[in-house]
Amino acid sequence: MVTELVKSENSYQTAFRTLRDLSPTAPWLELVRGSAMDRFEQLGFPSVREEDWKYTNLAPLEKESFVPAISGGELAVADVSRFAFRETTGAHLVVVNGFLREDLSVTTALDSVVAIDLFSAAADARYNKIVRKYLARNASYHNNGVTALNTAFLQSGVFVWIPKDVKPATPLQITYLVDAEYSASFPRLLVVAEDNSSATLIENFASISDGRYFTNAIAEIVVKDGAQLEHYRLQRESNRAFHMSRTSAELWRASRYYTTSINVGGLLSRHDVSVVMDYEGAETSVDGLYMVGSDQHSDTHSVIDHKQPHCTSHQLYKGIIDGNGRAVFNGKIFVREGAQKTDAIQTNKNLLLSERARVDTKPQLEIYADDVKCAHGAAVGQIDQEELFYLETRGIGPELGRSLLTYGFAEEVIEKIKIESIRSQLDETALRQLHTDLEA
Amino acid sequence: MLEIRNLHAAIDGKEILKGINLKVNKGEIHAIMGPNGSGKSTLAKVLAGHPQYEVTAGEILYEGRNLLEMPPDERAREGLFMAFQYPIEVPGVSNAQFLRLAYNEKRKHLGEEELDPLEFKDLLKQRAKVVEMEASLMTRSVNEGFSGGEKKRNEILQMAVLQPKLAILDETDSGLDIDALRVVASGVNQLLTPDNAIIVVTHYQRLLNYIVPDFVHVLSDGRIAREGGKELALELEAKGYDWIKTPDQNGKGAGAPAN
Repeated sequence: MVTELVKSENSYQTAFRTLRDLSPTAPWLELVRGSAMDRFEQLGFPSVREEDWKYTNLAPLEKESFVPAISGGELAVADVSRFAFRETTGAHLVVVNGFLREDLSVTTALDSVVAIDLFSAAADARYNKIVRKYLARNASYHNNGVTALNTAFLQSGVFVWIPKDVKPATPLQITYLVDAEYSASFPRLLVVAEDNSSATLIENFASISDGRYFTNAIAEIVVKDGAQLEHYRLQRESNRAFHMSRTSAELWRASRYYTTSINVGGLLSRHDVSVVMDYEGAETSVDGLYMVGSDQHSDTHSVIDHKQPHCTSHQLYKGIIDGNGRAVFNGKIFVREGAQKTDAIQTNKNLLLSERARVDTKPQLEIYADDVKCAHGAAVGQIDQEELFYLETRGIGPELGRSLLTYGFAEEVIEKIKIESIRSQLDETALRQLHTDLEA
Repeated sequence: MLEIRNLHAAIDGKEILKGINLKVNKGEIHAIMGPNGSGKSTLAKVLAGHPQYEVTAGEILYEGRNLLEMPPDERAREGLFMAFQYPIEVPGVSNAQFLRLAYNEKRKHLGEEELDPLEFKDLLKQRAKVVEMEASLMTRSVNEGFSGGEKKRNEILQMAVLQPKLAILDETDSGLDIDALRVVASGVNQLLTPDNAIIVVTHYQRLLNYIVPDFVHVLSDGRIAREGGKELALELEAKGYDWIKTPDQNGKGAGAPAN
């Protein structure tokens, strides 16, 4: 009987029982982790029977016995320095297996921005009030098993605090790596941008191997009155990895949040992005690009919530799907009662490069106010034959032409990124088959 | 350079060209005129290799080779060029990137060394003068958001960069005001050499005031109904196309009234 019980316990439950001893923390956080684990045990992983998970089946993830990571691994500076973008020199945090590795991070150009271990911040008298107030506030674990699991395993992560009026010159980069095969890691990020601050944040999920592992990442973001945050998110995990992630932002009065997500890696990946505007005059752009190759599945679910008047949201998501790759885009925009003068545009465009490629796209607008400007649309297409012919008449063969048009399709999103070295890396990715450089 | 023999072509099963014969030697300028629907643009597209048009009979020899066996991109690298009536927009690819890629593809084909971005920039700067092209149009996406005149100039810029042996200008004058027309025509004239040839496809005579043809061929219902020198274009301008009747079986303009 006892054996039976142990057998039915999954690897997460087993690991969680030892968590309290491994990383004790303040009672309030202990409570949060405990109730998050309870929620996970009740909810489990989402199933395809749930509307929001209709097209993304997590059964393959559930079947694996990934073991929650208990340390930041063994990578050395030499292994990670290549991931730092030129523009973020002096402001590069490295998170391995979900654990902030201060010894691998460079923080000489942070200005007065605080970027420290989230778990430590929760117990630090200077920051515990902020952390307690905003942690698990925008990424609620009550109705999502994946979020609950991340919250239950909170034992490191990153806390970024941008004080009032501070406008750091150097963008802050966080690189997430995994060095343990068959591990589950739970990166957690909390960003609080105080009034009238202005900063740029890059989250870079990269890989050092083509390993099989599970990343379950959450970023919670608070942009306060008049503040601005530019947030770039690159997901280039191993093509055998599972990547479940959530970005949840709340925007205060007259704040601005511009985010671009690039999803390239992962065997099975999902990104839930939500932006809530519960104050007047906020502005956001939520853009993204997913490039999905054979055997890959990439899902983006976006929720943009206009709760107050005079807020603006612009969204452009593009997808390139090749081979038997499969993509999902689901974008909801809510315009709540009283949210007059809302300006919301949502566009999703998909390019299918093969007969077997597939995308399920569902843009949704729900409007409960009458004086608003809203539009949405979705398109699924293939390489345009007239465009291809035009290139051919200029001596560019069909294969090269297809690559060029694919690159051009991606470029509309890539060019939104203001960090040059990210753009050029992505251009390379988009141009991989082009066998030439396009610099001009 | 180009010899078209008894060319028949169809689109969606409908025969448009019904036996075209045409010979173009290097150093010559030929004008193809004709009313709407006579097959002018079809002829241009067949020469460029548009996949929607099916050649049902006849042959085309280009520098002694069977043109119809060459895919469109090879025709281009071998020096054939068509300026589009409606140039296509290529979002996300800058004009400069596009031109360098096309230029280098041709160089590679000819076994010549490719130009790096800096070298190409110099070349582009020189060639852009031919059509008085603004530098800002080089960094913008190909034809995207270009005015009608800018698109046509961009076609001639591509011609200036690629320096084709045989250029086919498909209704390049359509949609151009007189100033733009002059710029485009002057660009084309600057690119003329004794070694290349141009086929100007046009509905109206006005472009031919600037690009003066050696030969004028008038198409009617998929056949060449009348041929002559540049004065034929003037005559058409004065009398309209109605006086050109469908030719006899020889494909020659036997139906034209004697003057």
